[in-house]
Amino acid sequence: MKYKLFGLIRRIGLLVLVVWTVVSLVTILIELVPGDPAVAVLGEQATPEQLAQFRAKHGLDRPPFFFGFPADTNGQRHFKWYGLSNRYDDYWVAILHGDLGKSFRTDQPVFRLILERYPATIELAIAAMLVAVTIAIPLGVMAGKNRGTLTDNLLSVLALIGISLPGFVIGPMLVYVFAVKLGWLAPSGRFEWSDIILPAVTLGAALSAILTRMVRSSVIEELSEGYVRTARAKGLSERAVVYKHVLKNGLIPVVTVLGLQLGILLAGAIITEKIFGWPGLGLLLVEDGIGKRDYRIVQGCVLAISTTYIAANTLTDMLYRWLDPRIRAS
Amino acid sequence: MARSADQSFVIRVTLAERANAHFIEMNRLSIIGLVIVVIFVMVAIFAPWIAHYDVGTTNLAMRYMPPTAAHWFGTDSTGRDIFSRVVFGARISLEVGVIVVLVSAFVGTFIGAIAGFYSGWVDSLLSGYIFNVFLAFPGLLLAIALVAFLGAGLNKLIFALCIIGWVGYARLIRAQVLKVREYDFVQAARALGAGDFRILFVHILPNAIQPLIVQASLGMAGAVLAEASLSFLGLGVPPPAPSWGVMIEEARDLSTLQAAPHALIFPGLAIALTVLAFNFIGDGLREYLDPRQRRR
Repeated sequence: MKYKLFGLIRRIGLLVLVVWTVVSLVTILIELVPGDPAVAVLGEQATPEQLAQFRAKHGLDRPPFFFGFPADTNGQRHFKWYGLSNRYDDYWVAILHGDLGKSFRTDQPVFRLILERYPATIELAIAAMLVAVTIAIPLGVMAGKNRGTLTDNLLSVLALIGISLPGFVIGPMLVYVFAVKLGWLAPSGRFEWSDIILPAVTLGAALSAILTRMVRSSVIEELSEGYVRTARAKGLSERAVVYKHVLKNGLIPVVTVLGLQLGILLAGAIITEKIFGWPGLGLLLVEDGIGKRDYRIVQGCVLAISTTYIAANTLTDMLYRWLDPRIRAS
Repeated sequence: MARSADQSFVIRVTLAERANAHFIEMNRLSIIGLVIVVIFVMVAIFAPWIAHYDVGTTNLAMRYMPPTAAHWFGTDSTGRDIFSRVVFGARISLEVGVIVVLVSAFVGTFIGAIAGFYSGWVDSLLSGYIFNVFLAFPGLLLAIALVAFLGAGLNKLIFALCIIGWVGYARLIRAQVLKVREYDFVQAARALGAGDFRILFVHILPNAIQPLIVQASLGMAGAVLAEASLSFLGLGVPPPAPSWGVMIEEARDLSTLQAAPHALIFPGLAIALTVLAFNFIGDGLREYLDPRQRRR
């Protein structure tokens, strides 16, 4: 019990550290912009007054961190302590108040922009997972049951091809076939229910390939277990053995992969959303954030996507422990 | 029993020796992968002799040409020769892939070896905190964020990919070093008075480095893919450079798709084949090193 508590504290501690690092990284990112962010946003022709006003409005006139090494009039750099009045501190205080700053371009609160786009991304990620699981479980079981045969080899090659085909190749090809040639589906946007089909297949394709391999090796491993022999010996059909016994145990590692893949899905969603004009976080990040050099939006999106990823990973880990008591014991 | 002679001998049997003994048995797919990779590298090196058009010269009179004898892969929306652009695109992919894999593998191996060898607080800091922080981020997102703030460009792209790339190698080497340092020959070396540095880099690392080849091969696939992805998003090599990702981005608007689907298909095939080839090799090697995964 004592060790369990210690483990839990350790995990929470690590989680806090990770979140702290991610937020710090996001706040530091803006310091990486070559030159002056104000000039980058307003353009070269902005007057000094406009630039100064912009900096003051977005807090960019304040020192970046608790201390710094500003140059004096002779060009010498000296250590200087700024105290709490700095941007790093500002960003933390704001985040704890649920405020991610305002868009550099439109002055809209970034938090609201993200909340507006969030559901579309989650919808896409879930749809992609459903696509992946629907494809992967039957194919993986088929490959695992027929280990070493032609079917298995063909499916394994197919899975590798699936992993190697990036979304930005599959996506436009799907658009060409289903929107341009056949005219069955819209090439982009999110208006009808059917609009999610192409993005979900694009995003889910690679995941389905990874899962197929995972299910295959899981099934192979479980098939050699003693309980399978027992199940067969008591006269169960092969179908029942595989789907009722093997799959139930074999899906445990698959659940983990599924959870860990959510991050890749979220990152992949950035590309998929751009291809299909799907109005989620990715499109907000790429078009409004990076495209228009609206650094506040970029910071907010990176923060939102990575915290979702961290949360998903933590939940997966907990689920995994709950599903497989052997892990809990060790 | 001659076989039970010397345990450390077993460890020292290198990948190359094993591969020689069973070369014929080696996964056929990895050989296909190897052939594709050799072609890809040749194409990249000899690009100026293979491509017969300038990659940047536009010719609006020749736009959307289907594949012909003059333009093997047709022309794109501004009349540029797609074959030449795909050929020169191999250079960009290869350059990014090789640099990113070399730098990340070197940095990762060094840090991973230190974490595995010293354990204690060094390991807690490195593997307990730093590795976890890097793994807590989706890699592509971190690369996108870095390049978004640094600005687009080939060097910045390579830098960003190295930043996200090294952790995989570090984690792998740490686990390997943890295993190998318990072997008898390490104790023997210590007994003979070898220092930490010598033990780690002369005795442990050469015996721990085998799985690195798998990771490097998969890393090449990942780097090629990441370069194309970032260039596709407009964050990598800026147009009109013939990066495969840029070519796909330029070919995917509806009018080009309608008039010249080949402008999308050929660079898409190039990416898929290259990534597939490196995955084939990595997969074959992994199966080879991990007999449990083997099919036969």
